[in-house]
Amino acid sequence: MAGTASEVAAVQVGIRGRLSRALENPTVLGLLFVAPAELVLLIFLAYPFILGLWLGFTDTVVGREGSFVGLENYQELLEDSAFRLTVFNTFLYTVVAVLLKAVLGIGLAVVLNRDFKAKGLVRAIVLLPWIVPTALSAICFWWLYDSTFSGISWVLMRLGLIDNMINFLGDPWNARFSLIAANVWRGIPFFTIGLLAGLQTISPELYEAADLDGASSWSKFRKITLPLITPLLAVVTAFSTIWTFADFQLIWIITKGGPAGATHVFGTLSFQRAMAGGHFGEGAAISNFMLPILVVCVLISFKYLRRDD
Amino acid sequence: MEREDSKLSRRDFIKATGAGVAGAAVLGSLGPLAGKAMAQVSPPKLSVEKGAELKVLRWSPFVGSDKEMWEKNTAKWEQATGCKVTTEYLSWEDVRPKAAMEASVGAGHDIVLGWHDDPFLYPDKLLDVTDIADYLGKKYGGWEDVCVKYGVYPKTGRWIDIPMGGPGQAICYRKSWVNEVGYDVMPVQMDKFIDCCKKLKAKGHPVGFALGHAVGDGNNWAHGFLWAFGGKTVNKDGSPAINSKETRMALEAMKDLYDNAMIPGCASWLDPHNNKAFLAEEISVTNNGISIYYAAKEKFPKVAEDTYHQYPPQGPVGKPTELHLMDPAFIFKHTRFPNAAKHYLMFMLEADQCGPWINAMRGYVTPSLKAYRNLPVWTEDPKHTVYRDCMKNMLWNGYEGPIGPASAAVMAEYVVVDLFANHCARGMSADKAIDIAEKAIVKAYKVKVKKAG
Repeated sequence: MAGTASEVAAVQVGIRGRLSRALENPTVLGLLFVAPAELVLLIFLAYPFILGLWLGFTDTVVGREGSFVGLENYQELLEDSAFRLTVFNTFLYTVVAVLLKAVLGIGLAVVLNRDFKAKGLVRAIVLLPWIVPTALSAICFWWLYDSTFSGISWVLMRLGLIDNMINFLGDPWNARFSLIAANVWRGIPFFTIGLLAGLQTISPELYEAADLDGASSWSKFRKITLPLITPLLAVVTAFSTIWTFADFQLIWIITKGGPAGATHVFGTLSFQRAMAGGHFGEGAAISNFMLPILVVCVLISFKYLRRDD
Repeated sequence: MEREDSKLSRRDFIKATGAGVAGAAVLGSLGPLAGKAMAQVSPPKLSVEKGAELKVLRWSPFVGSDKEMWEKNTAKWEQATGCKVTTEYLSWEDVRPKAAMEASVGAGHDIVLGWHDDPFLYPDKLLDVTDIADYLGKKYGGWEDVCVKYGVYPKTGRWIDIPMGGPGQAICYRKSWVNEVGYDVMPVQMDKFIDCCKKLKAKGHPVGFALGHAVGDGNNWAHGFLWAFGGKTVNKDGSPAINSKETRMALEAMKDLYDNAMIPGCASWLDPHNNKAFLAEEISVTNNGISIYYAAKEKFPKVAEDTYHQYPPQGPVGKPTELHLMDPAFIFKHTRFPNAAKHYLMFMLEADQCGPWINAMRGYVTPSLKAYRNLPVWTEDPKHTVYRDCMKNMLWNGYEGPIGPASAAVMAEYVVVDLFANHCARGMSADKAIDIAEKAIVKAYKVKVKKAG
C-alpha cells in the first residue's frame, strides 16, 4: 500500500517536473501565451472564413442544408452576364479609384510636408473624410448626386454653366464615376497621412545636397522622394486596393448596385444574392472570387513591410 | 332568427376577446359581413403555455401610430394571458436577412413579421397555423385572394403564415396639373395614363417612377407595369415566360414614358427619391404608399390639398395587375411556446385589436381579411379609399408561377426592374434586355427545380 502511495507521488512529481521543464521552453510558453488570442482569431476569423469558402462550393439556400456541388457555382457565375459586368465594374472602380487616390494623396502629402502656419490643424482637417463614418459620407454623396436636389447641379446651374440637373446616378457611366469620386474623396487622407509619415523620415540633407547640385523640384521628387517612399507607397496602395476592391457600404447606400447593375461590385452582388435572394452558396462564391486578388495584395504588402524591417 | 344569431355571436365575440364598448363599436363598423361570418365560427382551442415569453421581430413602423397601437394591443394580450412579449423593430429591408439567418440556425425570435416570399424560403421551419387562419378567415369574411396564395404552402395545402396585410401603393398625383392637361382625374386606362403623363411633362410637370434598385417602389411599379401588358416572368409551372410580345409591348410603353414623361434620373431612384421629388413639386405623378399624402399634410398643406390617389394603370389585360408589399407573420418551429405564439397572432387580428390598429395607421397598411374593408379609415377621407383595395387587386411576386426561393431571388436581383432600366436608361435593345432577364430567370428557377427534385 505504502509502495503504491510512493509510486503515485513519484508519478505526480514526474508530471510536475515535465510540466515545469516544458514551461521553461520558450516555444511552449510562447504558444501558451498566444493561445487565447489564437482561439479568438480561430473562432471569429478562421471559422467564418473557412465556412465562406465551403459555402462557395455548395448549393446552400436559406433555411436548407446545401450539398457539395464542386465548381458549379463558379462555372455558372462565369456564364452570368450580371456577374461579368460586376467583374468589370469592380476592376474599373478599384483601378481608377486607387490610382487617383495615390496620385492625389502623394501630391497632398508633399504639400502638407512643407512648413506653413497652422499645418497641424490643416493635417487634422485632411483626415476628416477618413474619420467620418462611411455610411454618413455615403448619405452626403447620395444627396449631392440626387437627380432632383443635387447641390452640385444647383451651383453649376446658378453659375450658368449647365441648363439641366446632372443625371449623376441614372446614367451607367455617370454613376460609376460618381461612385469613384466619392471613394476617392474618402480614401485620399489614408494615402496622405500614411505617406506624410514616410516623407518626414527623409533626411533634409538629401534635399540640401540636391539643391547644391541645382536639381529641380521635379528631379528631387523623382530621384529622392519617390524612391524613398516607394516601400511605404506599396504598402499603402496594397491596403487601399484591398479596401476599395471589397467596398460595400458606399455603393450599397448610394445606388444599391443600380442602375441595372451598372455599379455592382463583388461585395454588393454577393450581399444581394446571399442575403436578399437567399442563395448563400452563390453569394459566397462571388465573395470567394475576390480572394486571389486580395491574397496578391496581402503578399505585396508583406513583402514591403518585411523589407522595411 | 338571423338577427338573433347576429346578436348572439356579437356578444360571444366580445366575451371571448375580452372586449368592451370600443370593441363593439369596431365590430359594428365592419358591417353585415362581420356579423354574418361570426355566427358560424368559434376560435380554435389553444392552451397558452403558462408564463410564455414571446420574442417578436417586425419591421419598423412607417407611422408612429402603428407602433403605439401595436404595443397597446400587445399589452392587452399580455394582460389577458399573463405572458410577456418582447418586440424588436428592424428596418423593413433588414428583416429578411435576419429571419433567414434565424431559420438557418434554428434559434432566435418566435414570431417574425416578414415580407413577400419569406415563409416560402423555409416552409419546413415554420409552424402550421391552419387552425387560426381558418378561424380568422371564416370569421372575418374570408382572406383576400392573394393572401391565400401567400399563406398556403401548395405542397401541403396548409397555412404556414398569417398574412397581416401589406403597405399598399397607389398612383399619387397633383389634381390641378392633371386638370390642366384635360383630364378630370388621373386615368386608369394605360394608353390614357401614358398620354396624360406625356402632356404633364410638356406642361413642365414631369412624372417620376423608380427604375433604380428601389426595393418597394421600383419592384412594385415594374412588376405591375409588365403584368398590365400580359407579360410575366414565368408560367404557372415556373417555366420562363419573359420572352414574349407582351413583354416587348411593356418595354415599348415604358420607354415612351421614360423618354417623354419622366423626370431625368429615375433610373437611379431608390425608395425615398419619389417622395422627395413629389413633395418638392418637381414631379406631378408617382407610385407610392399613402405616406406622401401624410407628409404633405404635415409640412406642405397646399400640396396635400391638391394630392389625389388613383388605382395603378390597367393595361391591355383589362384588370388590375398590382404588386404591393405583403407582410406575412410566421412562427418558427423552434419556438418553445407554439400555442402562445398562435394565440397572440390570432388575438392581434381580432376586430378589437386589428380594427383600431388599421385605423391608427391611416391607410398605410391594407388588411388581409375582407371584413376590414369596411373600417371607417377607408372612407373617412375619400383620398384613403384607393388604398383599401390594394390587397384585393394584388397579384403575387413571381406571378403566375409558384411563390418560393426562385421568385424571391428574381425580385432580390431586380430582374424586372433592370429589364426596364436596361432598355430605357442603358439604351439596350428590347431583345438584349429580355435575353439578360431570361437568363437570370432560368438560373433562379433552375435552382428551385433542383431543390424540389
